[in-house]
Amino acid sequence: MTYDRKTSTTCPFCGVGCQIDLNIRNGAIISAAATPGKAPNYGRLCVKGRFGTDYTHHQSRLTKPLIRKELDRGKRTTCGMEGFREATWDEALDLAAQRISRTVQESGGSAFGTFCCAKATNEDNYLFQKFVRAVLKTNNIDHCARLCHAASVAGLQKALGSAAMSNSIAEMKDLDLFIVTGSNTTETHPVISTYLKEAVVKNKARLIVIDPRKIEMADFALLHLQHKPGTDVAVYQAMAHVIVKNKLYDKDFIDRRTEGFEDYMTSLEAFTPQWAEEISGVPAGKIEEAAKLYAGAERAAFYWGMGISQSVHGTDNTLSIANLALMCGHLGKPGTGVNPLRGQNNVQGCSDSGGLPNIYPGYQSVSDEESAVKFEKAWKTSLNREPGLTTLEMSDAIGEGIISDFIIMGENPLMSEPDLNKARKHLSELKNMIVIDIFLNETGEYADVILPAAAFSEKEGTFTNSDRRVQLVRKALDPPGEARADWEIICELAGRVGDKLDRDYKESFSYDSASQIWDEMASLVPAFGGISHKRIEEEEGIHWPCPDSSHSGTPYLFSDTFPRGRGKFHRLDHTDLSERPDGDFPYILSTGRVLYHWHGGTMTRRSVLNDISPAPFAEIHPDDALRENLADNSRVIVSSRRGSIELDIRISDRSPEGVLFIPIHFAEAAVNELTRDIRDASAKIPDYKICAVKIERASSAD
Amino acid sequence: MKEISLYIDGRMVKCPEGSTILEAARLKGIEIPTICFHESLTPPGLCRQCVVEVEGARVLLPSCITIVREGMVVTTDSPRVLRARKTILEMLSATADLSEAPELEQQIKAFGADPQRFRPEEEIKTGPIVDNPFYVRDYGKCILCGKCVQVCSEEVQLSYALTVAGRGFDSRISTFYGKPLPDTSCVFCGNCIEVCPTGALKPRKEFENDI
Repeated sequence: MTYDRKTSTTCPFCGVGCQIDLNIRNGAIISAAATPGKAPNYGRLCVKGRFGTDYTHHQSRLTKPLIRKELDRGKRTTCGMEGFREATWDEALDLAAQRISRTVQESGGSAFGTFCCAKATNEDNYLFQKFVRAVLKTNNIDHCARLCHAASVAGLQKALGSAAMSNSIAEMKDLDLFIVTGSNTTETHPVISTYLKEAVVKNKARLIVIDPRKIEMADFALLHLQHKPGTDVAVYQAMAHVIVKNKLYDKDFIDRRTEGFEDYMTSLEAFTPQWAEEISGVPAGKIEEAAKLYAGAERAAFYWGMGISQSVHGTDNTLSIANLALMCGHLGKPGTGVNPLRGQNNVQGCSDSGGLPNIYPGYQSVSDEESAVKFEKAWKTSLNREPGLTTLEMSDAIGEGIISDFIIMGENPLMSEPDLNKARKHLSELKNMIVIDIFLNETGEYADVILPAAAFSEKEGTFTNSDRRVQLVRKALDPPGEARADWEIICELAGRVGDKLDRDYKESFSYDSASQIWDEMASLVPAFGGISHKRIEEEEGIHWPCPDSSHSGTPYLFSDTFPRGRGKFHRLDHTDLSERPDGDFPYILSTGRVLYHWHGGTMTRRSVLNDISPAPFAEIHPDDALRENLADNSRVIVSSRRGSIELDIRISDRSPEGVLFIPIHFAEAAVNELTRDIRDASAKIPDYKICAVKIERASSAD
Repeated sequence: MKEISLYIDGRMVKCPEGSTILEAARLKGIEIPTICFHESLTPPGLCRQCVVEVEGARVLLPSCITIVREGMVVTTDSPRVLRARKTILEMLSATADLSEAPELEQQIKAFGADPQRFRPEEEIKTGPIVDNPFYVRDYGKCILCGKCVQVCSEEVQLSYALTVAGRGFDSRISTFYGKPLPDTSCVFCGNCIEVCPTGALKPRKEFENDI
């Protein structure tokens, strides 16, 4: 036998939430395999889950608390390990608590900006937001959902009143027709992509891909609408136009379940397929065909990713999809629905657990008096009614002198925020920065105190996957060195901040186990009322909402009603690109991911995955390469009005002419040096997918 | 659904119409050994280890793909069946290293197969192929059950990186034109490792740990 024992747990990468067995030999993960027969992956894994968990054993794991050697010497600068000294937990926690309590006393809670973590467990995040709300008395808490599906959430909240994926992964086999848009599914959600491909190949489902890039899913599609980046609303409005004009909508569903259709219908007159062709470059005939296929399907579902949401009009993109689903009655039955595919293992759960500035756990509004009183009673303290700031607003608030302290659990804004020059400038102006993480990443390099955390394989808890399935995370190994589970660190910190402020938080931050933390959250969140660690163990995962112990969970949403009552149609307008290419910056830059890496790369760049994908690249169309006189693998500098990065090109016709594609994972050529911090008005999500850039041969290449 | 009654080893078995003999037997707890069969894959009927004797049939029938008929009389352990299974194991172990195939080793023991029976005088050497950071292909251990090709293509991953190359004795699992995996459509999901019964496919770390 090549391993001594195995532990079944939940994969730490994307939002599919695959069940994996970690095979342990000599105190380390030697290999991983799919847990046989278990949902949602039923024996399947992708390269990241199967081979990528070795990052947990990387030599650069943080094993001891670190304190910046030169504290409070004016403007903070970045430093590597050499700028920190090791400390005991007592010293580091006391110092962190002292710095935090000083700010509480001097400036109050509004001086804090805090980020919780879509990679940490529900229990870690519940406790972190409890710390922020109950101890720091602020709602300034957010996480990277703001930078990924915020616009999907905003749009679906407006249209339906709930933003989670409406269907379970298991239903994919029942698809009759589905539209994949703004999602490079085979690379970002590989296991889900196998079900989608299977639906096409085995079950004769029809697939329409609506995406500017020729992604692998397009190979399986009946139709590929390759629209110009940023023209999504035009395409979807034109599809709605076709459906209305040909009376292909579901009148019965519209009457029973929706509102605002008459008004919406009259707004569609000008949005003809010919008009959309002018804007999007998609032939009018293809738009008509797609509309007729979607409306005529018995069961149809949308699946989308960052291409829809990471846009200055991301909310409108989402609404344009919701309009179509409502119009055709493709909601509330198995195999029909609207499905934002979640990018992180626990981005659903992090939001569910209250990691957002306007809500307590379970989406209960912080400004709603009844909810606030409920949480005040439970947490035995007073709470702030004012909704907090979002991720980028917190960054802005540093520049405005409002926020002086950042507390960051496991996030890496210096890779993930747009316009990194600006983001760095803001962080350098902080008075105090406390980081909880497993590695020293680009953000940690600005911290004063770094507290070493346990990785997913070293703690207990739960992750909630993309289809709202709460699943167990089990401890396979002890954390390295002195690292501790995030929730334990938060409890320690809360107690010590309390001591310094003469308040007692020890009792309300005292837990024996992650399961006890879950129970506290479940007692406060009606949708979790019937879920406990024990029950998840027995039933191998439960889809919320699950209000009581006799309820079996909810695999698909909206069967009888929408959370907001009737589904609401929204009038929309096409808005132009936020930054158009011009003579100086003639290309559109689009960002995205590759199969072998994950987000900011903190984990996968420290894994065997990096061996096969070791370097950044810019994907460029052959005609553009010819025009720029560039051969494959040429070294180039790509610049925008905000910054520039140096990397190699990869010539490919996956991206259309005039569009450069650069993945987001590589710190040495961080594409967010180039992106622009302009945000969707309601979702506050930045326009990652579009900015204007130029490309030049790097001088080092000559 | 219509129910079918048949006799397996003298016992009456009732099963849904359309079941295979293997499924019917397993309903009653009657063990039939398999090699290339995998519960979540389409049975390829390749290895013939699951053959049974059916009254009225001229040849032995593979139970994993033979559909039951009303009144069928099946014997799973007749001398003819046992001899076929023993010979199949002897042929498989003639050229493949089964030292990491515990289930097959168990069958060899159970059927009294002699692994030396068909061994060639000169050992056929096939070294492990280490052409990527993730997993190793050691075709010296391969028995051509084909499950890796199934999961790589239609059955799971739809990547079509692995295929069967050559004919007859020269059949082998390969990539197209024998290219290294990183030059193929392989996405290194490793779902093929999951179904490999002989350790021919193995995570590289396990492989390096073992040598």
